[in-house]
Amino acid sequence: MGGVLRKLGSMAIDGVWQLGFIARFFWLILRYSGQSFTRLHLTLRELYFSGVMSLLIILVSGLFVGLVLGLQGYETLQRYGASDSLGTLVALSLVRELGPVVAGLLFASRAGSAVTAEIGLMKVTEQLKAMDMMAVSPIARVVAPRFWGGVISMPLLAALFSAMGVFGGWLIGVVFIGVDNGAFWSQMQAAVDFRYDVLNGVIKSAVFGVAVALIAVFEGYDCVPTAEGVSRAITRTVVSSALAILAIDFVMTSFMFRGL
Amino acid sequence: MSEPLVRLDNVRFAYGERTILRDISLTIPRGKVVAIMGGSGCGKTTLLRLIGGQEHAVSGQVTVDGQDVAGLNRADLYALRRRMGMLFQFGALFTDMTVFDNVAFPLREHTDLPPELINDLVMMKLHAVGLRGAAKLMPGELSGGMARRVALARTIALDPMLLMYDEPFTGLDPISLGVIGQLIRRLNNALGASSVIVTHDIQESLLIVDYIYFISEGRVVAEGTPDEIRNTTDPFVYQFVHAEADGPVPFHYPADDYATALTGGPA
Repeated sequence: MGGVLRKLGSMAIDGVWQLGFIARFFWLILRYSGQSFTRLHLTLRELYFSGVMSLLIILVSGLFVGLVLGLQGYETLQRYGASDSLGTLVALSLVRELGPVVAGLLFASRAGSAVTAEIGLMKVTEQLKAMDMMAVSPIARVVAPRFWGGVISMPLLAALFSAMGVFGGWLIGVVFIGVDNGAFWSQMQAAVDFRYDVLNGVIKSAVFGVAVALIAVFEGYDCVPTAEGVSRAITRTVVSSALAILAIDFVMTSFMFRGL
Repeated sequence: MSEPLVRLDNVRFAYGERTILRDISLTIPRGKVVAIMGGSGCGKTTLLRLIGGQEHAVSGQVTVDGQDVAGLNRADLYALRRRMGMLFQFGALFTDMTVFDNVAFPLREHTDLPPELINDLVMMKLHAVGLRGAAKLMPGELSGGMARRVALARTIALDPMLLMYDEPFTGLDPISLGVIGQLIRRLNNALGASSVIVTHDIQESLLIVDYIYFISEGRVVAEGTPDEIRNTTDPFVYQFVHAEADGPVPFHYPADDYATALTGGPA
């Protein structure tokens, strides 16, 4: 019994230490962020790697999610004779939840893992140490641009995911099943509120962007500098990002969409 | 005689409970090439990290050009590091940049020189290490020896006062090894710098250095000029210079009596 308590206590202390490290690391990134914006090409390069290179997986996944939403939504709505509301269902599902959350999970797997691997391997091959010895801060030169690249990419990718999803829903509902085109779009326009639905979705995706980018750069920078250490860090990035996204989504949803 | 560029006084260093350096005192005189030698894991690289301010001693003092390294704030430490160059064991080249960009990196980061001048300076540094023709290659296209030379060109990009080499001869063929050795000596003289080489390659070091310190179990156990080292009777240095398997550094890791173990005694 004593041993279990000791182990639990030790795990709690380690967890608090880790949170402290991440908070301090986050503060350092913010402190050195000025340099990554004055040398904009560094951040633009990371925007390309994190954002543009993730486009394919985001667009294809968005399309398929939209297609499935169209099929499932129509199947359910037509039971109540409300198949004209398909546009509303697809759009609200995507901009409020599926867009930010699924795009966030895909972004963590595609870009987050790549960022962790890159920074981790730079650590293994002593590139970070070499930079530090050349009086160039690795946080400013390597970490901050990758962090901001992720933070800026994420809401844009989520928006594209939602747009592609709506297109997929339209394709299934209107083109293949035969839902009225005018009803599809007009119901969507009437029901989706820009501030309440779209803006809240954008805020969610921005917060997920901060969470995923922070976890990715931290895990890379903090990894044990061995092949096994990098591999574990990549796994931690994907798992922690997924859990963080889902937990934050629940908290944010409960504040944003209470429907009271 | 002028004040040495680097001075370590009674330095003790430990990673947690594990003591690496017990009581180290040594100096790196200006304009000289000094080698620090010892077996693997004896704390040689830690010494370089202490001089570069990447680690801090538990007790004792590390002074570089009259400045107590441990007492410097981040900005002053970075100002000092701009006058130091460190060559890492495997070069530590930035793998996403060409050879040219690697050498240009410190110049672009720390100066406002126009691109034409940076181009000329980089080409001069690359010419000095014999790799001007490799400027457009990526690090992955270089051999181990070439990568080490490119890293050397990057190390001297800002004409540092102190050059630190971490195992510069490891894993090189005899030709590359000789080339790197001669470059270290020539560059030190040409730049008017001071150099400290951490290595266990005794034969190459004896050819190019001015002074040698031997470290074992966290202490300086022997020191001298190359001639003094060649003619020494010190058992540790003798074993090291003549690469003998057994001696003060034992061949066998401490274990129970062999006969007892074979006859079924305690493992």
